[in-house]
Amino acid sequence: MSRRRRDFVERVVEWALRACAGVSILVTLGIVSVLAVETFQFFREVSPSEFLFGTVWTPLFFQKSFGVLPLVAGTLLVSAIAMAVAVPAGLLTAVYLSEYAPATVRRVVKPVLEVLAGVPTVVYGYFALLFVTPLLQQVLPGLSGFNALSPGLVMGIMILPMVSSLSEDALHGVPRGLREAAYALGATKMQTTTRVVLPAALSGISAAGILAASRAIGETMIVTIAAGQQPRLTANPLVPVETMTAYIVQVSLGDTPAGTLAYRTIFAVGMLLFVSTFMLNLASNWLRERFREEYA
Amino acid sequence: MTTVDSDTAIPSLAGVASLVSERGTVETPTKVDVRGLSFYYGDMRALEDVSIQIPEKQVTAFIGPSGCGKSTFLRTLNRMNDIIPGVRVTGTVLIDGKDIYGASTDPVTLRQHVGMVFQKSNPFPKSIFENVAYGLRINGLAASKTELADRVETSLRAAALWDEVKDRLSASALALSGGQQQRLCIARALAVEPEVLLMDEPASALDPIATQHIEELVFQLKTNYTIVIVTHNMQQAARVSDRTAFFWLGKLIEFDLTSRMFTAPTAKLTEDYVTGRFG
Amino acid sequence: MTRRQRNHWLDLALHGAGLGATLLGLGVLAALLFDIFSDGFGRISWDFLTSFPSRRAENAGIYAALLGTLWVITLTAMLAVPVGIGAAIYLEEYGGRGRWSRIVEINIANLAGVPSVIYGLLGLGLFVRTLALGRSVIAGAATLALLALPVVILSSREALRAVSPALREASYALGATKWQTIWHQVLPVALPGILTGMILALSRTMGETAPLITIGALTYVPFAPDGIWSPFTVLPIQVFNWVSRPQEAFLANAAAGIIVLLALLLVMNGFAAWLRDRYQH
Repeated sequence: MSRRRRDFVERVVEWALRACAGVSILVTLGIVSVLAVETFQFFREVSPSEFLFGTVWTPLFFQKSFGVLPLVAGTLLVSAIAMAVAVPAGLLTAVYLSEYAPATVRRVVKPVLEVLAGVPTVVYGYFALLFVTPLLQQVLPGLSGFNALSPGLVMGIMILPMVSSLSEDALHGVPRGLREAAYALGATKMQTTTRVVLPAALSGISAAGILAASRAIGETMIVTIAAGQQPRLTANPLVPVETMTAYIVQVSLGDTPAGTLAYRTIFAVGMLLFVSTFMLNLASNWLRERFREEYA
Repeated sequence: MTTVDSDTAIPSLAGVASLVSERGTVETPTKVDVRGLSFYYGDMRALEDVSIQIPEKQVTAFIGPSGCGKSTFLRTLNRMNDIIPGVRVTGTVLIDGKDIYGASTDPVTLRQHVGMVFQKSNPFPKSIFENVAYGLRINGLAASKTELADRVETSLRAAALWDEVKDRLSASALALSGGQQQRLCIARALAVEPEVLLMDEPASALDPIATQHIEELVFQLKTNYTIVIVTHNMQQAARVSDRTAFFWLGKLIEFDLTSRMFTAPTAKLTEDYVTGRFG
Repeated sequence: MTRRQRNHWLDLALHGAGLGATLLGLGVLAALLFDIFSDGFGRISWDFLTSFPSRRAENAGIYAALLGTLWVITLTAMLAVPVGIGAAIYLEEYGGRGRWSRIVEINIANLAGVPSVIYGLLGLGLFVRTLALGRSVIAGAATLALLALPVVILSSREALRAVSPALREASYALGATKWQTIWHQVLPVALPGILTGMILALSRTMGETAPLITIGALTYVPFAPDGIWSPFTVLPIQVFNWVSRPQEAFLANAAAGIIVLLALLLVMNGFAAWLRDRYQH
């Protein structure tokens, strides 16, 4: 092969590969522009302040009202319940696996926990609606068939492996020397863990928590199936609520014609969802980078 | 390409040393002519103003403590450093009078003419045959299947490996012993018919017997190739090389006939190093 | 109680709490599997696998959804895998530390964290409306391909990074070009790792429901797809459809559909694990 032809092939291949990498940029641009165009159209009819601060969400009713706060409240409520399960349980699991568990236990448990993260969310929805809710109703008679509590708990279990595996990475990142120094001073495992290892891994663990929050906010099927479809500004976990994601699915299931205001609401809600998860992801990445630099 | 028959009697190592000292006095033409070469990793200067004339069809050894720049210098001779981002080279390297850092030089073609063997043997995870055939295939050096097979055999013979592997050419190269793997890497480098062969501590990971095989091979190969060998083992340099260059902190301190370097070095630093006072 | 005893008890307490938390996760997984199998195992039959959905629960099957899933996931793989591997090669082998690579890298990390329902909105706006592909198999596959892309890129990069630099050096030293080195030496060695990552990414994508509902995939499809322009449904959507019905019998269908879905995922993950073990050096 002549040098000219060979160099030509090299150049073409490099450009093709660069284009592949560029597709990912196009995806981001695509997401932003699709959301922005429809959201802009939406805001020509509904003022941003009415959208962001209104307390009634009835865009599909005859009496239309476009206050997104009930959806935000539903999302935060379910996510808070999920975090209340996933963060402590995930962190304890990580501490157990990295500091206490024998190597054989770790080898068996870790892949099994990964299975939890691989179960499709529609399956968790089924489980929340038909197993957890009836179970909880035996203890909490006031619990409705659709509620925030049950999907929140199940979502917590779903994101637990993510929290535990990221926290475990953070715990592993703490230099062995720090641990040995504590043991050398006569500290127990528990003292070493809570006073030395956990504080040292704090930024890494926070990164895990924030990523978990982002995942919880964006989770769709569990809440669509088990939380109900009633936008309600409440902090009561026993009654039906609707999250931002569930609303998007609800509208998509119906036959809402493109170009209508109701159709545009899902993009406006999507934009809000995208911006909030994006911020959380950025914060999580930033914390993780910082953790890495501390112990590089 | 001339075949070095593996049946040829190999002179004893004592004989090698005496041959070297006799040969060293003969004037030989320069193959690689380096003038004022400096090398930078980012802002750090790893080589400072190195000038050296490497003679054709002889063995030139680079010695010096680790981190002295001898391996870096070796890798400037086939532009292997080009694949590392953020490095910079100044000065000129002429091979047969042609500047290899000149605008018209293509590093890929250059590496066909200047082969390299690495410190840790790095055979491809393929068959023995495919390892040697790879360079021939990508460079389109064999016109037919029979020619390819012939050239693979020639190269394996030249690397004194043929007799050990001729019955299992399709076996994985990774199944060979460490010393055999390194000779396979030499065969692979020879297959594309380079004129210069760079060897970066080729025996440092091998046991004494395998090391001896490699050293004998180096001695045979210099009939046809200009060989530059980096070594941290001064006895090895004394055994195999015609000339030795001593590097220290990125500078070429002294370059002379090996016999003279180890008996009557000019620089105090060289003397301290070869007598084992540091390093 | 002395200070030392107290410390000892606290240590035991933390150990116990950790063990408890770990068992919580495992226990829930066990409960979930038990619940689903006890609800749905009785519905699994050849008829269930080969029947179209029906208004009568006992006649309904998952044939259309099963074929829809296979159509969509195959097309998704054909779209996402080449682009994903190409992007990974670029970033790992060509990218260096340039600004463009840095931007692409941050971008991919962020894309991996975008909720899947947002990809559904992208698919709805871009593929279904702007490119007028409608609610077809190809629109669904394109949407899922974008969703899978970041995961495919990240796992392929990892596989490429695991290839020893010595192999690349050896190839360059023989006068190979960059692409020759990648094609003949790096990719064959990285392939098992890349494939493993690919299968895991696709199995995750196969369980996705929200993005496909968002682009308007139908929930009641009494026919198998006959091409890329055909309307379709997939297993998770069929399950969702059945879960949303009040009648007990449809819930059993949902559980049975889940069992089929989990079985498919198990096969894919098992194959990925086998690949990884087989080629791990």
